[in-house]
Amino acid sequence: MIRSDILNKNPEKDEFKILSPTAILGYGFPEKSFLNAMEMKPDLIAVDAGSTDPGPYYLGAGVSFTDRLGVKRDLRYILTHGVKNGIPIVIGSAGGSGAKPHMDWCEKIIKEIAMEEKLTFKLGKIYSDIDKKLLTEKFKNQELIPLGIPNVLNLDDIEKTTYVVAQIGVEPFIELLKEGCDVILAGRAYDPACFASLPIMLGYDRGLAIHLGKILECAAIAASPGSGSDCAFGILKKDSFILVPLNEDRIFTTQSVAAHSLYEKSDPVHLPGPGGELNLEDVQFLDIGNGMVEVKGSKYIKSKKNMVKLEGSKKVGYRTITIAGSHDPVMIEKIDSVIDKVKERVNMLLEKENIKGDIFFHVYGKNGVMGRLEPINKAFSYEIGILIEAIADTQENANTICSLTRSTMLHYGYEERISTAGNLAFPFSPSDIKAGEVYIFSIYHLMEITDFSLFKKEIEIVNYC
Amino acid sequence: MAKKNIREIAKVIRSKNSSPFEITFDIIFKDLETFNKVKENNLITKSLIASLYKLKEDEIMDIIYFMPALAVKFGMKRIVTSGAPGDTDVYGAQQHGPLLNIELDL
Repeated sequence: MIRSDILNKNPEKDEFKILSPTAILGYGFPEKSFLNAMEMKPDLIAVDAGSTDPGPYYLGAGVSFTDRLGVKRDLRYILTHGVKNGIPIVIGSAGGSGAKPHMDWCEKIIKEIAMEEKLTFKLGKIYSDIDKKLLTEKFKNQELIPLGIPNVLNLDDIEKTTYVVAQIGVEPFIELLKEGCDVILAGRAYDPACFASLPIMLGYDRGLAIHLGKILECAAIAASPGSGSDCAFGILKKDSFILVPLNEDRIFTTQSVAAHSLYEKSDPVHLPGPGGELNLEDVQFLDIGNGMVEVKGSKYIKSKKNMVKLEGSKKVGYRTITIAGSHDPVMIEKIDSVIDKVKERVNMLLEKENIKGDIFFHVYGKNGVMGRLEPINKAFSYEIGILIEAIADTQENANTICSLTRSTMLHYGYEERISTAGNLAFPFSPSDIKAGEVYIFSIYHLMEITDFSLFKKEIEIVNYC
Repeated sequence: MAKKNIREIAKVIRSKNSSPFEITFDIIFKDLETFNKVKENNLITKSLIASLYKLKEDEIMDIIYFMPALAVKFGMKRIVTSGAPGDTDVYGAQQHGPLLNIELDL
């Protein structure tokens, strides 16, 4: 049961204290920081698990990008301390991408811990998945607004997209908090939502609550020195919030906190989210000593329509790679033309066999990191790394293309070649690695939500006392 | 006026995805005086960034100064979407290199 003093907070005079254990559930935190926070009696433990940073694969394949053991370790601390002390626990973007399989994965871990630690609590689940029928209807009515995605959406993309999730705002969380859920597990959510929902429900200022959530969702990344694997603590008040360090090795500074609103954002002042914008035009960051920073003036500006961001990825094939290197100055000098000739030969062979696919060369020591954005057009290294990547419609075809490219490059007799035994150094046997399914982001659109009941919610009692 | 390398006056220079289709760059200065000099003299321009990356000026997104963080930031569209075939940096976290060679008249 959530402690009554938490639910009876008066936003006019009471402080609301939030613990963010780690930047991404599964990234870990020092036990000491967590226990320091527990001594400060938090009113909420919230953690965001999600990001599109690791790319489209994890959402599309329904797989977590964090390790099960790490997630279970973090959750064990959070659940045992939270449930035993009557502190609500809110987890957003389950399993990283927050679609149904990620939810099921995380729910199973939560229940395992409950059984092992003999815990009883009311578990609320919010699914962020968007039904394809609804999506198709919205698409046909031209109600999906692309958010920078270069491909123009079509019905085939929607069909092939495995999971579509919405970044939900605070409303579905508040609904379950009102039902008395002790632990909430949510699918894909706007990062600050799991931190801001309870204080907003209790009447705290929405702008401050969301800004605090935006900083806490990255935990100690906003501290100095920053860390994604350490806890952070926030105290929300009527007109401001305070960030408190939990580890003697780091402090919050006005600059470290302010710089956080730049991070991963194209505009540091206007930060759009579901239903409105966090506006930092009048924000003030104040150093109040002891490594603490107070923030004032963050505002929430409601938009006319309640728009949420949708994310989805679709499978485009299978990948096989080979890692190799060269230490030959003649080959390094001519690497671009060698690659062009190898590609030409392989494509001729593939055409005859009617195998379709793409070959990419990542040349480390030349432009392996920046690709086409690389302004330097020459390799200066005495050795280069060559990663051969093949993508095709089946794993077998990707294997074939990779293998042919590897063998062609290994023995290709480029002009002025002086070393005739083999052009590549392979570190491994077997040299080729099946890298599995390849996905791309297919949906990255805004959609208006008028009815929050489209996000399925479930409540159950987990009872192992 | 003496030219200074940006590494002497900035404490953070970084790149990161701001979405799967966009990369954002932050330069965070060491002190307010330097930040003000750079801002007032408009030393970080689209043409400077475009020349470093061999891009056109209109491929560089707005240059925004943010005083509370003593920072200036700008963005660019990704040539390849994060994680799509042909991408080289899924997180976009290693595209900042050319910025480290900036020399500024302070």
